[in-house]
Amino acid sequence: MSAAVALGALSRTRRERRMRAASTTGILAAAGVALSITALAVGSVAIAPADVIAALAGTADGGEQFIVRELRLPRLTLALVVGAALGMAGALLQSVVRNPLASPDIVGVTGGASAAAVLAIGAGATGLAVSGSALVGATVAIVLVLAASGRKLGGTRIVVVGIAVAFLAQGVLGYALTRARLEQAGTAYFWLVGSVGSPSAPETLVLGMLVAVVAIGTVLGRGALAAQLLGDETATAVGSRPRRTRILAVTASTVLAAVSVAVAGPLAFVAFVAGPIARRLRGGGPAVLTAALVGAVLVLASDLVAQNLIPGTLQPPAGLVTGAVGAPLLVWLLIRAARQEGRA
Amino acid sequence: MRGAALLGLGLALAVALSLALGARGTDLGTVLTALTDPGALADPADAVAVRDLRVPRTVIGLVVGAALGLAGVVMQGVTRNPVADPGLLGVTAGASFAVVLGIALAGETGVIGLAVWALAGALVTSLGVGALARAAGDRATPALLVVVGFAVTAGLGTLTTLVLLGDPAALDRYRFWTVGSLTGRDLDAALTLLPLALVGIVVAALLARPLDALALGDDVARGLGFRLGAVRGGSLVAIVLLSGTATALAGPLVFVGLLGAHAARAAVGGHHGLLMPVAAVAGAAFVLVADVIGRLVAPPGELEVGIVVAALGAPLLIALVRARRAVAA
Repeated sequence: MSAAVALGALSRTRRERRMRAASTTGILAAAGVALSITALAVGSVAIAPADVIAALAGTADGGEQFIVRELRLPRLTLALVVGAALGMAGALLQSVVRNPLASPDIVGVTGGASAAAVLAIGAGATGLAVSGSALVGATVAIVLVLAASGRKLGGTRIVVVGIAVAFLAQGVLGYALTRARLEQAGTAYFWLVGSVGSPSAPETLVLGMLVAVVAIGTVLGRGALAAQLLGDETATAVGSRPRRTRILAVTASTVLAAVSVAVAGPLAFVAFVAGPIARRLRGGGPAVLTAALVGAVLVLASDLVAQNLIPGTLQPPAGLVTGAVGAPLLVWLLIRAARQEGRA
Repeated sequence: MRGAALLGLGLALAVALSLALGARGTDLGTVLTALTDPGALADPADAVAVRDLRVPRTVIGLVVGAALGLAGVVMQGVTRNPVADPGLLGVTAGASFAVVLGIALAGETGVIGLAVWALAGALVTSLGVGALARAAGDRATPALLVVVGFAVTAGLGTLTTLVLLGDPAALDRYRFWTVGSLTGRDLDAALTLLPLALVGIVVAALLARPLDALALGDDVARGLGFRLGAVRGGSLVAIVLLSGTATALAGPLVFVGLLGAHAARAAVGGHHGLLMPVAAVAGAAFVLVADVIGRLVAPPGELEVGIVVAALGAPLLIALVRARRAVAA
């Protein structure tokens, strides 16, 4: 009798959780679609939403079709893809090291990628060479951080080590910026804020494919990722291989973060905040795919705000908004979490 | 005390090296002659190198390093946080953002004017980070504060870029300043800032006993008759004056306060009366050694002191968190 009650309660919780997942995904997707249509509609030439859809379908007049499909759609796509990549990169790393502070932008991965990319730009590299360089920088950073943090990844040691590496990367960045010619340095500074304003189809495609591959991997490995949250011993006990999960997830996170940085620059704090927001919406769990949606919505919204709501002729890059809004948001999340722990 | 003596010796050595080494090698005899009787030198270029180039950067390095080392001790004392450092907690970033605002918005160029901006920036950031630390209450772990400081640094960096994007000339000056460097600073102008640092030193010295008491806990300090509000306010003044002046002189340097305070703690223990002067010596020695290394590693050019400081300081911070359970907790 009591077993039946317990089973009933269990299936009810499961059902509730599934409902919550579905409604979260639905709300985020709806927000994403609404923002996307807005992004395609507003700008120096305003286009009515109905005409946007017509332009996408290929039935609008030539001018509007050009603006929507050739000018705004690539930027929109890049924003969505970069946001998803950063969101997943953050959530993956945060889950496998079981530390909400350990996102690529805090533990020096983004910094390493940026410094290496600016060194490459200063040396005259473009396109793929910059991406490759960013990947090398990010890899060096994460290897350094993991090696120096030792076994206790769950504690805050990895965070302080990561910030040490981030400041080290900033030193390298300073070197690269002072050695570059002034125009290059100007370009690099702009790029360092993070912008989706100059999309290139091949780069967006590569990043999009990476996002898709990691998303599929996340779905296939969702059990292993969830087990990871319980600790290595429990994960092993339920038949998961924590070491393998960790290596795969850290690699995926690093590659996503590095390529996003190479394509759009380090959009500050998107990787950090997407995970916690997603976990709050979902009510726990790794929430990697939800974090991808959150990241995409965040970057798109930031780009919209930067393009349209900030006065002046200078169109600031999206990273300005993520940096200016993300920093206080991060601090607020930290303090809130600290207070809750203090009360518990 | 042997440790303190060693640090003092290290500083003397660092000063000598800083005067003697560079693209143009000069032996110590030449350095002495250049300082005392420049007319007697065979090659007047030696006198220029020593008197006009190396003396200013050495003096500035001494002031900046000592100020940051001292600021580090005060910060660690008042927050009871072993990884507190003006750079790590974002105070120097606040000072440098304010300097950028001063350059770009107010067209400020004078050393004094910019220092005022730097001090204001350091003040606002210190107050902000302090308020956040208090908001977090007992759970304001060292790591949490460092993350907050990093967020402040990164957020301000983004805003700095926004201010500079439309102004290539300011950007050009800023990129050389923000990397952290002792060169290209006018010594006379720098010396006008010295009184500010001196006031900071005096305030810090007055805090030595209260900070000793505070190390035993808020209640003990209160029980011993110290007013916590006054101690915190005084610490704020000292930190702002010391790190603001240092940032105005050399740009935002990270890790100097951290290293100075920890080297001093290792040498003389936790008594602030000793800790403070020794940390100032250690900080100054660190900055000068970093500067000398920067001159030697990349001939014919040189690396700015900020780059070398970051390269030496990051492993130090890592070693520190690995060694101390208190930080990892």
